[in-house]
Amino acid sequence: MEAHIAEIPVEKKAVVRSLSLRLVPRLKEKAIELLLQLAAFTSVAITLGIVGVLAYESFHFFQQVSVVEFLTDRQWTPLFADAHYGILSLVSGTLVTTAVALLVAIPMGSLIAIYLSEYASRPVREFVKPVLELLSAVPTVVYGYFVLLFVTPALQQIWPDLPGFNMLSAGLVIGFMIVPYVSSVSEDAMRAVPVYLREGAFALGATRMQTALRVVFPSALSGITAAYVLGVSRAIGETMVVAIAAGMQPTLTLNPLEPAATMTAYIVQVSLGDLPHGSVGYQTIFATGLMLLLITLLFNIAGHALKKRYRQVY
Amino acid sequence: MRLKNGIAKYIKSTALQRRIMRRKGLDRFFAFEGLLVMGAALLVLFTLVGQLAADGAGRLSWQFLTSFPSRFPAQAGVLTAWIGTILVMLVTALAAIPLGIGAAIYLEEYAAKSWLTEAIEINIANLAGVPSIVYGLMALGLLVYELHLGQSFLTAGLTLGMLILPMVIIATREAIRAVPPAVREAAYALGATKWQTVRDHVLPYSMGGILTGMILALSRAVGETAPLITVGALSFIAFLPHPPWQGAFPFVSFEWLFDPFTVMPIQMFNWVSRPQEEFHVNAAAAGLILLAMSLAMNAVAIVIRARFRKRIHW
Repeated sequence: MEAHIAEIPVEKKAVVRSLSLRLVPRLKEKAIELLLQLAAFTSVAITLGIVGVLAYESFHFFQQVSVVEFLTDRQWTPLFADAHYGILSLVSGTLVTTAVALLVAIPMGSLIAIYLSEYASRPVREFVKPVLELLSAVPTVVYGYFVLLFVTPALQQIWPDLPGFNMLSAGLVIGFMIVPYVSSVSEDAMRAVPVYLREGAFALGATRMQTALRVVFPSALSGITAAYVLGVSRAIGETMVVAIAAGMQPTLTLNPLEPAATMTAYIVQVSLGDLPHGSVGYQTIFATGLMLLLITLLFNIAGHALKKRYRQVY
Repeated sequence: MRLKNGIAKYIKSTALQRRIMRRKGLDRFFAFEGLLVMGAALLVLFTLVGQLAADGAGRLSWQFLTSFPSRFPAQAGVLTAWIGTILVMLVTALAAIPLGIGAAIYLEEYAAKSWLTEAIEINIANLAGVPSIVYGLMALGLLVYELHLGQSFLTAGLTLGMLILPMVIIATREAIRAVPPAVREAAYALGATKWQTVRDHVLPYSMGGILTGMILALSRAVGETAPLITVGALSFIAFLPHPPWQGAFPFVSFEWLFDPFTVMPIQMFNWVSRPQEEFHVNAAAAGLILLAMSLAMNAVAIVIRARFRKRIHW
């Protein structure tokens, strides 16, 4: 047999050897695929970790505090001697700052998106888009500084009664922060609208504005909804700006001129202190986190439903 | 005949001319408004940078970079903070980048279309929308208290790694998807295995996009504050972590992984939340360094994206 192989020309010998060794590369291929698959599954593990930890700690929390009290009590004073656990006081803070932020980000983001996709020339767009995106690249703690030491004092010039901590200035700046999220994704959606729809409108004598508002915008509504949902998620989860500039006192109010803690600010406040692991106070941040996650999820599901409803097929 | 005359008359009439003029005017006004809003957004960005520079530039000095935090604002510095940021980023990058690229390769190149694959994809999209502070809560419950990693560099790096993992996966997938199938088919036709094709052809071609995505994800992690507060960052560390090297074999040391940590945004947050004005100046200076870090990373990402876009033509 050996002698037989020796007679085979060199090139063919290589083939024979590679055939006999084919098992090794095949195993290697399989091993690599398995490794990559494992990597893909870590994302699932992270989700399970998040849901697991929040559910586990909240379960312990709700053994000591009733769900009814959690959802209906009007005060949130878990660290006081007279403890109340009404999450609404924190939810209201989150909703007010989010609403203010969206009142800034949605009109501004949409207008910028329309301008960039329908009016701006290519060089302008190529320049403005990355510069605008820097707005969301600025660390949020820097925005917090900006709100506390520039925006609020500036607003106090107009409104002398405005408290040093308030939800209005925090919400306004969060709004500017999420403008790029809204504008980038909306613009992509509008640019994906086929040109012939625009040409049809122009041929009927519509101006660019009429085309943008009545043809392009409605056609891209599905993608634009996705952009809004992204903005909402960011605004709800925003932490540092509100923790620095909106106040730390949980207050059940819908008045943006007042100071109030949001859910995220409360979590930060408790984390900065030294609560013993396993105490009810420690568990409150997980219950708050669970509420935060559920509210974000709710908006995402609603957004997904709207997105589906407005989906257009060309 | 009469009808035709009527139309001709109408077209020449001043009423129609006026209507057209009005619509054109409205169109121009709308474009102007878009430009105005865009200018407002950019103005906020420039004001923020300008304000920070005005407040903090005078405080930037060699002494500021090489001093430990202190009770006396004039002696305080950011030495532990910037070293901490670099070390945390190191752990974050080592955790998130290989996992993220691996997961993306699996989903794009290997995974069969099945409910499992779809579940992973939906999961990644949802993870990207989870508020960052929720990652912090998960890390607190899981890494700090269940796995006993402590409030350390390792915990901080892994927390941020989990936070940016979805971003890394999404960016890598987009980059890989941009490589035309012809490249893969050519490799297969020459007898390359799947992994050889990915390693030698798909990855090199998508490197520009992948690199851009990695840098942007890390720049997000650099400014992230909230999840690190929840896992227990200290803002007053007057000693350096263990050095990553040692005199004796094996010359590298991993003791620093378990040291208590702080990072730039935490240090800045601590200074912002103090009432004394002198500390606010320190906060502005720290903010400038932080801003320079994240804007520089963004600039590098933009340059890389532009260069690779120029070099590769399909």
